[in-house]
Parts: sequence; C-alpha cells; structure tokens
Amino acid sequence: MTRQMSGAQMVVQALKDQGVDTVFGYPGGAALPIYDEIFQQNEIRHILVRHEQGAAHAAEGYARSTGKPGVVLVTSGPGATNTVTGLMDALLDSIPMVVLSAQVPTFMIGTDAFQEADTVGITRPCTKHNWLVKDTNKLAETLHQAFHVATSGRPGPVLIDIPKDVQFATGDYIAPGKVKISHYQPRVKGDIEAITALVEAMEKAKRPVFYTGGGVINSGKGASQLLRELVAGTGFPITSTLMGLGAYPASGDNWLGMLGMHGTYEANLAMHDCDLMINIGARFDDRITGRIEDFSPRSKKAHIDIDASSINKVIQVDIPILGDVGHVLEDLLKIWKSRGRKTNAEGLKKWWSKIEEWRAVDCLKYKNSDSLIKPQYAMQRLEALTKDMDRYITTEVGQHQMWAAQFLGFEDPNRWMTSGGLGTMGYGLPASIGVQVAHPEAVVINVAGDASFLMNMQEMGTATQFNLPVKQFILNNERLGMVRQWQQLLHGERYSHSWSESLPDFVKLAEAFGAKGILVDDPKNLDDAIREMLAHDGPVILDCLVEKHENCFPMIPSGKPHNEMLLGEASTEGAIDAGGAVLV
Amino acid sequence: MNALKLKKGASGKSAYDLKNPLGDLIETHTIAVLVDNEAGVLARVIGLFAGRGYNIESLTVAEVDHTGHLSRITIVTTGTPAVIEQIKAQLARIVPVHEVHDLTVEGPSVERELAMLKVAGKANDRVEAMRLAEIFRASVVDTTLESFVFEITGAPSKIDAFVDLMRPLGLIEIARTGVAAMLRGST
Repeated sequence: MTRQMSGAQMVVQALKDQGVDTVFGYPGGAALPIYDEIFQQNEIRHILVRHEQGAAHAAEGYARSTGKPGVVLVTSGPGATNTVTGLMDALLDSIPMVVLSAQVPTFMIGTDAFQEADTVGITRPCTKHNWLVKDTNKLAETLHQAFHVATSGRPGPVLIDIPKDVQFATGDYIAPGKVKISHYQPRVKGDIEAITALVEAMEKAKRPVFYTGGGVINSGKGASQLLRELVAGTGFPITSTLMGLGAYPASGDNWLGMLGMHGTYEANLAMHDCDLMINIGARFDDRITGRIEDFSPRSKKAHIDIDASSINKVIQVDIPILGDVGHVLEDLLKIWKSRGRKTNAEGLKKWWSKIEEWRAVDCLKYKNSDSLIKPQYAMQRLEALTKDMDRYITTEVGQHQMWAAQFLGFEDPNRWMTSGGLGTMGYGLPASIGVQVAHPEAVVINVAGDASFLMNMQEMGTATQFNLPVKQFILNNERLGMVRQWQQLLHGERYSHSWSESLPDFVKLAEAFGAKGILVDDPKNLDDAIREMLAHDGPVILDCLVEKHENCFPMIPSGKPHNEMLLGEASTEGAIDAGGAVLV
Repeated sequence: MNALKLKKGASGKSAYDLKNPLGDLIETHTIAVLVDNEAGVLARVIGLFAGRGYNIESLTVAEVDHTGHLSRITIVTTGTPAVIEQIKAQLARIVPVHEVHDLTVEGPSVERELAMLKVAGKANDRVEAMRLAEIFRASVVDTTLESFVFEITGAPSKIDAFVDLMRPLGLIEIARTGVAAMLRGST
C-alpha cells in the first residue's frame, strides 16, 4: 500500500511518521516547496532561526536534552554550507541530527546554478552519512533510513540533499514500517567472555576507577541508572569526561569530579595511579590522556564502546568490549552479581584513603574578592540559586565552559549541553534555544563568555520571537579568556588579539532584541542579579563583569602527564616547554 | 566480518604524539571491501584515507554483483599494525560498507594485476623485448613496425620486474590496473 504525493509532502509526512515535533530552519528558493507544506499543517512546529548555524546548534541542544534526533531544514548553497560547523560539532559529540537541505533542480546540478553547492561533497566528512536524492520514489525510503542511521549505533548527524524538482514531482510514499531493513545494524550486545574478563578484573582490583563519557548519556537514561547501580554496588570511584557529566550524580559519594586538562586533581591522579581503568563510553581524547606515553602507566584498561574504531585508536586496551553501554552494563551487573558481588575490600579501603588525601588538596579553591566578581564565585552562586530547579545548562567554549563544568553539579543525564569535541564558540546560545523549545517550563541557562556570545548573538531574535525565556549568563572578562591564559603561560605574555575591544553594551543589546538586560559588577549584588534573571519571564542577558585575568585551574599543560598538574598561579612558571607548545 | 579482532601490538600513538608515529614496523596489507554501489561510495573510502592520513598503494573498484548493487574495492595500504587495525575499523563503520576483509591476515591470498606496456625499440632491442615477453608470458595486443603493446598479468612484483626489464628496451608508456585479490581455498 503506497500513497502518491509530492516530494515536499513526503518530507513532512516522513517527519510526522518519525515522531518529529520540531524543525529548526531557514527558508530559501530551493526549499520553497517544503516550506509551502510546512505552512499547510500544524503538527510540526518550525522554529525560524536567524542563521543556519544557529539551526544546527539548536537541533543539537534539542537532541542532547531529549535523546531524540534534532531536525534542521535549510535551503541550498549558503543555507547548507552554514550548517557545516553544526554537523561537525554533532559528529564529534555523537549527537543524532537529521539535516534536510534543498538543492537546485537535478537538471541544473553541475552548472554552477544560483545557490548551488556540492552539498553532499562538502558535508561527506562531517556527517555520519549523507544522501543526494534524485528520484522522488526513493525519497521516503531515504528519509526513514536517515533517521535509522542518525540514531543507531554511535549516533551522529546525517544530511539529505533534496533537489527542487524532486520536491515538486509526485511519487510513492512508503511508511517507516514498510521500508526494507537496512544492512546497517550495529551490534549492541557485548561479548560475554570479555565482560566476564572485566568482572574478574574488577573482583581483584585494588585501585579501580570508572572513567565514563558521553556514550553513557547517548545510551539512554537506563544506562545512567545501571551505572549508578554498578558504582553503588562496587564502591569504586568514578570520574567522567566533559561530555559525560550527569550520568552519575555530582552529589554521589563516589564522584571524583571531571577529569582531563581542567579536571580535578583527585580524578586525574586516580586515573594515573589506578590498577584497573574501566572506560565506559569515552574515547581517550587528547584532552583526557595528556602525554600518551605516561597515561596511566600501571593499569589494566577495559573499554566499553559501541564504535569499534574508538577502541585501540589512541590507547591500547587489555579488555575491549564492543557494544552499547546500557546492554553491556546490564550483562556486567548480572555476571558480577551472580559471582557473588565480590570486590577487593581491603585494597579499596586503601585506595579511598589515598583519594581522600588528593581530595584534601581542594584543587578548585580560588582566592575570592570583595570588590570583583570572581568567575568561579559567579558559578558557585549560580549553582546555589538554581540547583534545586528543573534546570538545563548549555555553554559556549572557553574558560567559562570549564568553570561551569567544575562548579555546577549535574544530578541527571541530558541536563548539560556543551561543545566538547569541536569546541565551537557560538554553540551555547542556539543550543539553549533548542533545549528551551523541548522543555518550555524548565530553566535553561547558557553560561557564556563575552567573545563566544557574539558569535551567534543574532539568535536572541529567535528567543524573543518564540518567547523562549533562555537565560544568557555572560562571564564578561573582555578577553578571549582561554586564549589569553595560554598566551600568558606559553607565549611570553604577548597577548596577541585576545581581548575584546568595542564590546557592545549587553544590556542595550538585550533591549534591542526585545529581551531583558541586567548588568552586575559587584559581588554583593550578584545574588540579586541572578534572582532577577531567573524571575523574568522571557529571555535575559545577564552581563556579569568578572575579574579580567583569572586563569582556569587546575590545568594539565599540553604534553604533560596527569601527575604534573598545575594547581594555581604559583605553579605556572616554565610549566609548558617547547614540546608542549606545538600541541593544541 | 569481525571488526574487532583486536591484537595487542604496537603501542597507541595519537596525532598529538611528538615522536615519529611510524616508529613501529610498517606492514603492507591488502584489504577487500564490499560496498553498496551507490553514488559517492568511492569518495567516502578515499576521503577516509586522505582525511586521516593513511596511505593508498593501490586501489581497484568495480561492481561485482549487478542485482545486489555491490562493488568490491581492493586496497593495498601500508602502516603500523595499530594503523592497519584503525583503517579496518574506520572502513567498517562507513554506512554503505558491508564487509571488510584483511586478506593479508585472513590469507593466504592470490593477488593479480594487469598492465599494458608500450615498447618502441629498434633492431636487437625489439627482438629482446619480444623474447623477454615470452618468458614472462606477456602477450602482444598491438604491434606496428616501430612498437609493441604488451599485456601482462601477474603479481605486482612480477609486473615490476617486467617493467624494469623493458625500460632499457624502449619502454615509453605504462598503464596498470592496480591489485585485485582473493583468498585461496574454498571459503
């Protein structure tokens, strides 16, 4: 049973059949037939962004906060190329996203037509897969396949390029259930033998640590529950990457804090000194490993990942387990319980007392001030005043992102949206819009820097138009703070182009967009300013003027191992050598 | 296909490692990849090699199953054992890729390549070229009074040897297909 309809109608029908309720997009010539269909229905909400990059990041925010794929609709040429940064961002952070790009009609492809670009060529390396559909009869199947690919295995972005004549032409629509089964069916169950080997290692380990990542979040809420059960049962310490925050609660007893370049002292030293490292859905990113040769030299390493290419890519592991985190943890718990829930209690006790020594260093301490707002203090107050709310946090990229990760506590998965892999400045504002669209009643806060915020600030217009009360919390140091920090530590304090002259008046900027603007520069007024921001029923920019030269610590300098962390200003002298300087 | 036949071997090196990432022994592997014969699939495979800095020594591709729209790509590549494992895992996760076989590991395998050589020698050189062609079981597919075009099939090393011998005898042009390969035996 097939139904005849136009390609444009198929697009809308397929989105409905896939359960899509929201599309982020921007119209243009080649996309007009699809936009005409969008106009004639009410089931799918279209959020008009101000720039296609904003659409892609908004879709990422939507996806990351709901677990459902984010959908983007753009026109040909510049519409499509403007999504490239968002596609790459979603690829590196494994965010399911479906981008529908219009294309010039098939008979004009290759003629350098107006707004023509080789979109599938340009986006091939920044999508999980992409398609150019030249036949309306293949469109429905391709659309359903696209959702399948975006959401199965390691999630990621896909793009479908749809020429205008294919949108106009009539063809057979196929419903999702009628599509022939794709050969793309990634394995989700882990190898029981390997899982048993891990259980055996866990039973003996004296100094174990769980190192978890975004894969736990992507595996669904059930995976986070299983992780919590496993941690509570074994009593092992747990740390997480930037992408994995919230899978295990920050208030949990076994929580060591985030690891990596700006992670906590206790987390990084536990990684360095452990005898069993259990990587669950993380990928040994260079921000985590530091110098490869000295990465956790004495540990046995297990790695649970759904992507075979992530295993042994950077670090050779002893127990590779290919599978979905949720499925593997389920089997792991079952086997561990059936063997009598054993752990090395004596070893663990010693290990925890060692960890407590590291914790006592209190690596996140900083010198507060009565006259200036310290960015760390701003994050602590934001945490104190919002932690009991139904709260979602997005960030831009830089120092503020790391302070947010260090000082905000995440109790649940899908509450923390940040650009981890690509490090995209300009991600946070549009992402906050996507989150707010998905969670209209929640408090959605974008922790931003002054420089990052400017990169996609046009999306304030989207927030106002759709009455999305997103809160933009700008830690304004009038600097590209992280660049300035590296120039201070690494380039002889030559601050090449790392300060923001001619910043806009953010209060007036907010007002110009029809939002509320608040400025605060005195620590005594900070709480009131945050409360005022939260109380306002509409989008707000809170311009929080902070100490301009604060550095983000702790820090593992590039090219250094975990146990050579910088804990504060006093320890930075000559910390990074020439070898480290070539790294990013 | 078992994409995760993980061997512990060479130490892991990241792109951020300052030392020579090819410090380990370089191996040559022949990899057969079965893919959907769809637009852009070759670009995906080549783009993977270019984008991640892997080597391609030889690459051949043609449709092998017309009804199933499947093509077979044969790639000869070089790298450390860790890099070779990574290449296979990266290939296996391309969506239109059905199977990845490392014929060098799964082997023994037969590797064959076809080459055409245009040789324009005079007098004794012409006779000598003809005589060597017979030894190598190369056949003449075109001839004029001044030239031969030889067709030769065999393992790449045999073709290399034939090319070297033809060079002083008036070799003016070479066309090679690249390697096609298959496992020996009935599986």
